[in-house]
Amino acid sequence: MASYERTFCLQVPSSTENLALIREFVAAIGEQAGFSENETARLALAVDEACTNVIEHAYENEATHEVTVRVTVDEDEIVFEVIDRGKGFDPTQAPVLPVEELIRQRRSGGLGLRLIRSIMDDVQYRIVPGEKNELKMIKKRRAGGAGGADAARPAQG
Amino acid sequence: MTRSFSIETKNHGPVRVIAIRGYLDAHTAPQFENVVAEELRAGRCRLVVDCTDLDYISSAGLGVFMTFIDEARQAGGDIKLAAIQPKVYQIFDVLGFPALFDIQPSVEQAVARFDGAAEKD
Repeated sequence: MASYERTFCLQVPSSTENLALIREFVAAIGEQAGFSENETARLALAVDEACTNVIEHAYENEATHEVTVRVTVDEDEIVFEVIDRGKGFDPTQAPVLPVEELIRQRRSGGLGLRLIRSIMDDVQYRIVPGEKNELKMIKKRRAGGAGGADAARPAQG
Repeated sequence: MTRSFSIETKNHGPVRVIAIRGYLDAHTAPQFENVVAEELRAGRCRLVVDCTDLDYISSAGLGVFMTFIDEARQAGGDIKLAAIQPKVYQIFDVLGFPALFDIQPSVEQAVARFDGAAEKD
């Protein structure tokens, strides 16, 4: 069990206008948690992709709803939960097609999911009927490397 | 809090260079899509996208390249990418774009690829 855990939460209107704000939120936490600049940029991209899916698919581009990004950091991992109350769509069940095939079909929809899967160590989806949909993305810290537990452990030891 | 994104187009000989700057995400991708669509509609199918000042790209931006690449090639042209920063290139790389798109270190080199193709004709 992790000896410390910190949680951060951001709730924004469901407009793509807020994607920049969401990325900055994720980047700031990633940096504080000791992830490298490149790792932080990838985490921000994955969360951007998840939130874009929510805005475009769960809410069908209606800006009157809310997207919640909840981030939990502990010694072992950083966990992102993207929560919406829109139309449920389980991206983890969607087929991941090769990019060549997506080009042939003129479909870019599968790209975001490919990116999320390539960046994160684990991706889970949960529908709580009538309440919420939740995409959980987990990134493990690499032992001894950048973003390792030592880099983010509070200074008091 | 909207991060800036801007597009500038200019001619480089027979090639149209589209310089994109800033953050290309689901919010800004429609602007880019409109510009590329307009170029192709106008019969300008030899395009180089100058990514020198592109700071960020998500799948929405990548999707624009995917949407139009076949159309440009079928019209006898191409959409080439140039001067992509390493932090942006890694995203193209993750998705295998380097095997599918002609990506060059500089705008000049990308333009020259068209010229070379023209000489062979």
